[in-house]
Amino acid sequence: MTTTKSKVVYSPSFTDGAEFRIPTFKLLKQDGKLYKSAKAPDLEKDKALRIYRAMVTTRILDERMLAAQRQGRLSFYMQCTGEEAAVIGSAAALDDNDMIMAQYREQGALAYRGFSIDEFMNQLFGNELDYGKGRQMPVHYGSKKLNYMTISSPLATQIPQATGYAYGQKLAGDGHCTITYFGEGAASEGDFHAALNMAAVHRVPVIFLCRNNGYAISTPAAEQFAADGVAPRAYGYKMDVIRVDGNDVLAMYEATRTARELAVKHNRPVLIEAMSYRLAAHSSSDDPSGYRSKDEEAVWREKDPILRMRLWLESKKWWSEDDEKQFQENMRREVLETMKRAQKRSPPALETLVTDVYDEVPPMLAEQFEKLKAHIRRYPDEYPKSAEHVKGGA
Amino acid sequence: MTKMNMLQAINNALDTAMAADDKVLCFGEDVGVFGGVFRATSNLQQKYGKSRCFNTPLVEQGIIGFANGLAAQGSVPVAEIQFADYIFPAFDQIVNESAKYRYRSGNLFNVGGLTIRAPYGGGIAGGLYHSQSPEAYFAHTPGLKIVVPRNPHQAKGLLLAAIHDPNPVLFFEPKRLYRASVGEVPDEDYRLPLGEAEITKEGTDVTILGWGAQMDVIDQAVERAEKEGISCEVIDLRSILPWDVETVANSVLKTGRLVITHEAPLTGGFAGEIAATIQERCFLYLESPIARVTGMDTPFPLVLEKEHLPNHLKVYEAIRESVEF
Repeated sequence: MTTTKSKVVYSPSFTDGAEFRIPTFKLLKQDGKLYKSAKAPDLEKDKALRIYRAMVTTRILDERMLAAQRQGRLSFYMQCTGEEAAVIGSAAALDDNDMIMAQYREQGALAYRGFSIDEFMNQLFGNELDYGKGRQMPVHYGSKKLNYMTISSPLATQIPQATGYAYGQKLAGDGHCTITYFGEGAASEGDFHAALNMAAVHRVPVIFLCRNNGYAISTPAAEQFAADGVAPRAYGYKMDVIRVDGNDVLAMYEATRTARELAVKHNRPVLIEAMSYRLAAHSSSDDPSGYRSKDEEAVWREKDPILRMRLWLESKKWWSEDDEKQFQENMRREVLETMKRAQKRSPPALETLVTDVYDEVPPMLAEQFEKLKAHIRRYPDEYPKSAEHVKGGA
Repeated sequence: MTKMNMLQAINNALDTAMAADDKVLCFGEDVGVFGGVFRATSNLQQKYGKSRCFNTPLVEQGIIGFANGLAAQGSVPVAEIQFADYIFPAFDQIVNESAKYRYRSGNLFNVGGLTIRAPYGGGIAGGLYHSQSPEAYFAHTPGLKIVVPRNPHQAKGLLLAAIHDPNPVLFFEPKRLYRASVGEVPDEDYRLPLGEAEITKEGTDVTILGWGAQMDVIDQAVERAEKEGISCEVIDLRSILPWDVETVANSVLKTGRLVITHEAPLTGGFAGEIAATIQERCFLYLESPIARVTGMDTPFPLVLEKEHLPNHLKVYEAIRESVEF
């Protein structure tokens, strides 16, 4: 039995889908004014400011922590720069109890949810207060209380997991959904296709948010896929899809708010393709000058999503030059002071090396741990951070 | 007690778990109304509805990715991979995700509710891609549990334990025994311990260790050896990861000899791991080299599968060689 209800033709008839040109949804111009026929979303002042502050916080955190990495304080860092509107505008359209399963460049969503600078720093420095117990490289944040799934480095693995998580939410009937973020590069992984197809077949309340930022490390989008972006793939899965100007925070908010309604009220999964640009390097280990021009970057610097929102807020008299100055000063001070504190904290206890592999440490691993402790006791100077933890043992 | 074959015991375990907890879900390819290609999930959709027992698209990485997400959310997914030979598209989701969820999040999140069922093993004229025993690949991955039952009673008790264990469990089912192995199975919910081997027969001269379908092979070999006066101690490892070093080591301290058998190829097989550990523990007590009776280092053959498999004659020979060393 086939599900295709197709008309019949009697000579070979091919199509490349070129007739499906997906438009881009925009509301806000770069000067902070709405497009002529555009209507601003129903966004209260408090919420608008919460979004804006999260965007500025993310920018400041990224600038400072990249500098810290360059100074050798931090092993690694990844910036969200240029994509703050795509990430935070979408996260703001959710219920705070909806699950977020991100890739690794979505610290803005976490900042919006209320992750403190101290919490960011503890993870970045992998100290004893890091929720992840110092086990993952910097920027692999997670928060149970903020419904933000701990980041995993392998690309796209979170996408089918989001489908599964949202299926569980649907069965629980609690009216929540899951959003998953990924780049246009990760969308080439098999897990992407598996996830979208399963979500469509099982009518799962999940929002797939593709940050099309132009590059997967050095590989430009044009070498990632031949099609018109990632969005057209949704047709193949019979899924609702929208393409949005990812630097337009109001459009991102409104698109995601509408997508959430489709997901939660109608069990319709949605694909959102946010068109943006990764203004920073892929990571602190990357140098974009080897694969793209300064001129190209300059074009996108002109489309700064933060400035665009600030101009809109100022036009509404919700934000002023003074507010900006004061907020930036305070945030820069908080970031710096918090960083210094976090850097001084102790590393996680030695036993965190072997806990959480299973719910309990199995006998074979317990034995390996005892051997390790005895070894450290013999060479305390070689393991200065751990020697404290094994003092006084047999 | 009811007389059941292994498939009926597995079906009964799933039924028991689904009846007790709405959060238990069964899904995979052809698992829904059809009840799976081996019928392990028969009648579960009819009984518990399409939202709890259902077909998935044909995509193993998707099935396990979906199952990981469900488990992280708090559901108790029992995902079926139709044949263990087809589990490899899901390798990343199992090895990099299921196994590391708890560790990498500092125990904020876990997928402890996850159980992955997959029929494994040869002897059914299945050729390269319906015969493999992939347990050793996964045994190299801390964070997973790996369990293999040998008969219907074990299958139900171990599967219920796997479903309720707070860690992700790979449950490999010896498909050769699905209908061939029949026995009395308690009707109620019962759970056998994970991580514990079972001494199925006591003896003094030599220890024979295996799991799953090899236990039948071992029993035949031992019957022959005992007729010649060799007293054999037989151990079913049951859990490959974590495995029960104590029970095996204590047995070998007593017998001084160990024969390990599995269907998977020799090189890199789990017998090598066991042999290394046991020689560390029992070095001065060993009377002969630890023997491994395994599949050959070839892809799984078809017409010559009898020659390839570590059958009871090969196990018997290894017992004799070990005792006569």
